[in-house]
Amino acid sequence: MSRYVIVGNGTAAVGCIEGIRRVNTDAEITVVSEENHSVYSRPLISYYLEGKTDLERMKYRGDDFYEKNGCRVIYGVRATALDPSAKTVTLENGETLSYDALCSATGSRPFVPPFEGLDTVKQTFSFMTLDDVLALESALTDTARVLIVGAGLIGLKCAEGIRDRVGSITVCDLADRVLSSILDTDCAALVQSHLEENGIRFMLQDSAARFDGNTAYMKSGQTVEFDILVLAVGVRANIELVKDAGGETGRGILINNRMETSLPHVFAAGDCTEGYDASAGMRRVLAILPNAYMQGHTAGVNMAGGDAVFDNAIPMNSIGFFGLHTMTAGSGDGEMTEERSEGIVKRFFTKDGLLKGFMLIGQTDRAGIYTSLIREKIPLDTIDLELTKQAASNLIFSQDTRKKKFGGVV
Amino acid sequence: MKRVYVNEEWCLGCHLCEYNCAFANSGMKDMALALKDKKIFPRIHVEGDDRITFAVSCRHCTDPLCVKSCIAGAISVLDGVVCIDQTKCVGCLTCVLVCPYGALAPGESGVMQKCELCMGNACGAPACVTGCPNNAIVYEERNDAT
Ligand SMILES: Cc1cc2nc3c(=O)[nH]c(=O)nc-3n(C[C@H](O)[C@H](O)[C@H](O)COP(=O)(O)OP(=O)(O)OC[C@H]3O[C@@H](n4cnc5c(N)ncnc54)[C@H](O)[C@@H]3O)c2cc1C
Ligand code: SF4
Ligand code: SF4
Repeated sequence: MSRYVIVGNGTAAVGCIEGIRRVNTDAEITVVSEENHSVYSRPLISYYLEGKTDLERMKYRGDDFYEKNGCRVIYGVRATALDPSAKTVTLENGETLSYDALCSATGSRPFVPPFEGLDTVKQTFSFMTLDDVLALESALTDTARVLIVGAGLIGLKCAEGIRDRVGSITVCDLADRVLSSILDTDCAALVQSHLEENGIRFMLQDSAARFDGNTAYMKSGQTVEFDILVLAVGVRANIELVKDAGGETGRGILINNRMETSLPHVFAAGDCTEGYDASAGMRRVLAILPNAYMQGHTAGVNMAGGDAVFDNAIPMNSIGFFGLHTMTAGSGDGEMTEERSEGIVKRFFTKDGLLKGFMLIGQTDRAGIYTSLIREKIPLDTIDLELTKQAASNLIFSQDTRKKKFGGVV
Repeated sequence: MKRVYVNEEWCLGCHLCEYNCAFANSGMKDMALALKDKKIFPRIHVEGDDRITFAVSCRHCTDPLCVKSCIAGAISVLDGVVCIDQTKCVGCLTCVLVCPYGALAPGESGVMQKCELCMGNACGAPACVTGCPNNAIVYEERNDAT
């Protein structure tokens, strides 16, 4: 009987389990889970603080998931060393597991720059895991002054999650705008002012130079007094297991479109990988949940001897703050056209006769139609994109195409 | 399995399917009480211009992107029907961002809702199809493996 080992127990691992079972129903699957929890929806940790979900509803899969899929899960233990020639992996508890195929679904961890005086701060938190959030929650008081370092998705989601449970929130970032990895200056300004209207204070192009107890001395010379510090500067892919075993890595574990690493019988999926961004035509870490699932599923099918390819990954984010929804997909590369009206901005980026990316703020109905144009590389001369810029519609497609989409099994 | 298919050349653009959907999922017995003077949030919607109209609802894809992308694990496949657990949904709209057919829209509260082929309500078969006056949407088996 084949033996498969999955290191990590997040979304990529779930995709991998479901992918393996698509092909092989009786192989042995062992999951090594550093976190002492069954799989939960990581992006929901901010919604938990907001009271929009709870620990029960945060479960990404039902309680019978592992049992139903015949998985053994080893909780609270890290995998420490991989030996690709012996096809074994060693765990920190001394146990050694042999495998026929292994998947690194190890995700990422918070990156903490070496701030001077950080050790003098009493209440410092990251915002990545369920344990982080439970710890942060126990520190929240309705008068607490919170300083969040990092105005990316994680820092801002944290701000939204705790807004009604603390006294004040200041977010600083070295970048000149919020969500700098996905939004351009104009779009970021809109989102920022909406966040400001909702009580979040920003210090952009500025960050802490050093800390002393409850005081942050900023690069600009200003000081910020705080009670709680949240570090959301960035993340680093957990590549070490594969790297130390001689596998090729960059900012993530390098994989091909079958999710194979450079090591035989070793696959990788999710936030720990550097895959291929089909919209930008380059390698990139795509740290988003849909990508983790799809990569995991592809890896699983291939581990079990199937033949799956995932070659249309693109960055895509749908994120809302205090009721304002923003969606982005693909790359901001190429010629830009814009539709603007009160509270709404839609920007489209086209190049070489293809839609390459978009940013939508305030009006996001049926945006998946746009996303499909990017992912499926639909030539723009076969559709009527102009028609759809104000409101996404299937009217852009030819009648024949619509017949396939709505008159057949898809 | 049976799905809802569109015959766009038959569509009158009358939007009856939207009303029948909203009523079927309202859980109420009286259509006027359920819908009159209210903004409705149907799980099927009519698109088009002054020449062409057609009704769009979930395709119940064989490889559904919404299921793979939902950040809450709230969407799953039950006997081929793509279903949502609304208690888990947090309204992030990631599923709207990925559904290639534009078939999803949130309900009044911001929580996602979707066509479940009237399996979860009292109708037992899609109310949109039953009420369509011109067979512009049909509920039937067409070629597929599942
Ligand atoms: C606050 C927040 C909000 C987010 N919001 C969104 C969103 O709205 N939309 C979106 O698409 N994405 C969002 N993301 C990103 C999304 O959560 C990730 O892309 C996704 O969880 C990646 O899944 P994964 O399985 O690759 O990694 P993870 O979920 O990180 O799982 C990896 C697991 O592996 C474990 N592990 C690592 N090394 C080892 C080892 N050596 N041995 C054993 N176990 C190990 C880790 O402890 C971890 O539990 C958000 C993330 C955060 C933190
Ligand atoms: S919601 Fe969209 S992606 Fe999901 S099954 Fe329906 S048509 Fe397919
Ligand atoms: S809106 Fe709800 S169903 Fe859709 S992806 Fe977000 S959590 Fe899932």
